[in-house]
Amino acid sequence: MSKIPQQIIPIVIILMIVVGSFIAAKNIFVPSSFGEQGHFRTEAIQENMDLEQVYAGADACYDCHDDVAEIKSDSYHKGLSCEVCHGPASQHVEAPDEFIPDAPRGRGYCPLCHGYNPSRPSGFPQINPERHNPGKACMSCHDPHNPLLPHAPEECSACHQEIASVKIVSHHATLPCTQCHTIEKGHKTSPKFSKAHKPIDNSTCAYCHEKGSTIKKAAPKINVELHSDRYLCWDCHYPHYPEAF
Amino acid sequence: MKTITDKLIRPEIERRAFLKNCSKTLPSLLLLVASFDVQQLMAKENGVYDPTEHNYAMGINIKKCIGCARCADACKSENKVPRKPHFFRTWVERYVIPEEGEPIVDSPNGGIDGYPEISQKLHIQRTFFVPKLCNHCVKAPCVQVCPVGATFNTKDGVVLVDPKWCVGCRYCIQACPYGARYLHPETNVADKCTFCYHRITDGKLPVCVEVCPTQARIFGEKGQKSSPLRRFFRFNEIHTLKPGLNTKPKVYYAGLDGEVI
Repeated sequence: MSKIPQQIIPIVIILMIVVGSFIAAKNIFVPSSFGEQGHFRTEAIQENMDLEQVYAGADACYDCHDDVAEIKSDSYHKGLSCEVCHGPASQHVEAPDEFIPDAPRGRGYCPLCHGYNPSRPSGFPQINPERHNPGKACMSCHDPHNPLLPHAPEECSACHQEIASVKIVSHHATLPCTQCHTIEKGHKTSPKFSKAHKPIDNSTCAYCHEKGSTIKKAAPKINVELHSDRYLCWDCHYPHYPEAF
Repeated sequence: MKTITDKLIRPEIERRAFLKNCSKTLPSLLLLVASFDVQQLMAKENGVYDPTEHNYAMGINIKKCIGCARCADACKSENKVPRKPHFFRTWVERYVIPEEGEPIVDSPNGGIDGYPEISQKLHIQRTFFVPKLCNHCVKAPCVQVCPVGATFNTKDGVVLVDPKWCVGCRYCIQACPYGARYLHPETNVADKCTFCYHRITDGKLPVCVEVCPTQARIFGEKGQKSSPLRRFFRFNEIHTLKPGLNTKPKVYYAGLDGEVI
């Protein structure tokens, strides 16, 4: 048997120290649960689960406030969680008498959702807070838990302001909405159930614009059939602002 | 002497024999009980959370979003996100697409304080709001780049951060194609949306879903029949953000405009 070369021995010793200290360091520095479920500390999952909850959730509110829940259940605000307006209330659930959640009563809060913003989806009820009964608290007319209108709107523009603001500067300014739209009875009080209908064919426009029509003398006249037989008038012309073609 | 009817009503079994027979059936009864997964039953009764039963995801209906940013506000309260601008776990972007020119996207303070008026000169073609948050990607780039294993995919389909293990190198913030991460100014570690992991594992909704006034946000589980998300998938055309990056996001959008990035 040949002798191990002398220079190998210190190299092996050094290598063993390096490997040994690496294993020792790995044991000390890497948490014991690292790699159990993947390349992370397993405890981190539990630590994330144990964080404090600030919002209690509407179900917790309804457990005690069943009277409000009942009012809300049949209103436009039924899907609106209590804590949107009243603020986070987990503390109130734990100690109902010590922590009382806030209730916004001024004019500042409702416009966060109901202030007019052109980017909001059409049909969502919006008002201009500067022009809508300035100085009056929203709550004095609308119950936030069941936000019905205090009285039926008189003008279509109360809800359809976006259209009204365009129509007022157009050649159609003097036409009433009902000239073209048929409105179901009750549309002003429950618009979701009683619809307003749009024209279905070109005869609505032809009523004024057909050649030979004597209804409005100033209205431009065309031969509706020859003008276009394949399209509806509003495919090209915007009826609320017809000159914008 | 006993009549036949007597024998039928009271058969002559001694008490001792009856008990003996009872003891013989005991092992088979025990086997029956053991055949159920006792542990699993116990776990369910004790309310122990089993992550393998869940696969969380979120749906966002852009047509319903009114841009009130109550989600962003509530998220900051729930998750103790700094109130200063530029730190968000979720935020709402406003898209204004003019007749001519490039789309304008803004989100001042995440939308919490409202949006400035759109210039009167601009001819708007269409405009809408897009809520954004961490997409909890199945193939998350942030998880891939983390050098220390401080961010990871859980079995229930959520991407979490381990704040005690994060070294604050910001690789994940750079890697996230959705800009969903930020460096927490106090702890100096990466932070982002967890789908409110502390709430969902307790059977509650993420707080942004809880407070959304128009139910534009839907939370649920993929692949579960009774999830509200299933209805959302069935009735809407679904898109995800940046599908070409193959990150497999788990936040699904309905009514997503082609201009949204």
